[in-house]
Amino acid sequence: MIVYILCFALFLVGIYGALTKRDLIKIILSIGIMGYAVNLMFILFAYKTDAKFAILIKEGINTNMVDPLPQALILTSIVIELGITALLVTLAIRLFEKYKTFDITKIRRLSG
Amino acid sequence: MKQTEGMTLIVKTVTRISVWMILLYGLYIILHGHISPGGGFAGGVIIALAFLNVMLAYGRGFIKRWVNIGFLHDIESSSAALFLAIGILGMAVGGGFLANFISHGKLFHLISAGTIPILNIVIAAKVSMGLFVVVWTLAIFHLDKGGKKE
Amino acid sequence: MPVETWLIFILGFMILGSIIALELKDILSSVISIGVVGLGVSVAFLFLQALDLAIVQFLFEIFALIILVRAFIGKEYHIKEPSKSHVIQTVVTIVVLLSILILSINVFRLLPQFGEPIFSTARHYIENGAKETGAANIVTAIILDYRAYDTLGEVTVLFTAILGVLAILRTKSKTTSPAGGDHETN
Repeated sequence: MIVYILCFALFLVGIYGALTKRDLIKIILSIGIMGYAVNLMFILFAYKTDAKFAILIKEGINTNMVDPLPQALILTSIVIELGITALLVTLAIRLFEKYKTFDITKIRRLSG
Repeated sequence: MKQTEGMTLIVKTVTRISVWMILLYGLYIILHGHISPGGGFAGGVIIALAFLNVMLAYGRGFIKRWVNIGFLHDIESSSAALFLAIGILGMAVGGGFLANFISHGKLFHLISAGTIPILNIVIAAKVSMGLFVVVWTLAIFHLDKGGKKE
Repeated sequence: MPVETWLIFILGFMILGSIIALELKDILSSVISIGVVGLGVSVAFLFLQALDLAIVQFLFEIFALIILVRAFIGKEYHIKEPSKSHVIQTVVTIVVLLSILILSINVFRLLPQFGEPIFSTARHYIENGAKETGAANIVTAIILDYRAYDTLGEVTVLFTAILGVLAILRTKSKTTSPAGGDHETN
């Protein structure tokens, strides 16, 4: 149970970074931390004690396997996280080009 | 060779020898996706990293002269359409959308498991070309806007 | 050592690394610390016997690091010093988040024990996976045969994100365009 609480604490560190930081780069890194915490939490739910990976091998019968269904779902999630990061970085580059800073308290004017 | 763009001579020589091994390893992980861990996504990123290795070692001018970026973009777009075409083909033969309609073959052989290796190759082509085009666009954007040159 | 002890160790380092990454002022150091957190997730996946995921997480995190470093290195900017109201807001946020963490311990007591998953659907996939699909890798059989529609959705989302990046970074140059050989941009 302690691993669940620590994983939730990692998620809360990500929320702290997204709420209080004023640097746009730190906000992007916090969204990444939240993504890591959620992916790890799902795979923690899928672990069976003293079980092996979910691949059939030629020698012997591998009957004690971990749960393969959350692994298939989180594979999709990891790929989508990369797309999110790439898009956020692109938006940050465009904002820097226009406002010459990454400070979010200064990116307020709706200049045309 | 010119020393004005890209990295030093040692990096260029080592890249010339080792980038083929990286491509071979990526191809191995793609094709053996249904026997050992890996699959289309991991193999696609490895191939994209091999292209990125050449771009960092030889400079952007080299890639601009020898590689047609529009062609890579077309490969990526047509891979997405090919995925849909395999799905509709499964529906035309009988069975649901994206059904496994090719014969399954023997277990642990390279050519087995129906449409699974074909989908692995399609996904790998899409992911690798897409990621390389994104990194190339970021690099060209810096060059056009007068950002920090490498 | 049992797996749970290793995982507590790794998670402790990850929490420390992420707090360090958010508090440093240098961009390169914080990006490297985020890389360490991602590497810790990959090692944790190896301990939890999720081999496909460890490879994919490691490679995609390297790619994210390359994109972050490429875009943000060399830009000079200045962040204002935090005002008094901002410091009070930060302290209130930390107090609220700590109280959420303490109150959630009761919720985690209701979950099943670590190491005893609820195995209802996966039992059918494990027993009949090799016979029905012919693949030895059960995770690949799930994402490309049993749940191939979700993989189609994922490919679509990745495609849309890449097209979004290409559309935002389009410039009005006449000589070369960012995403094409020599056809003109609009």
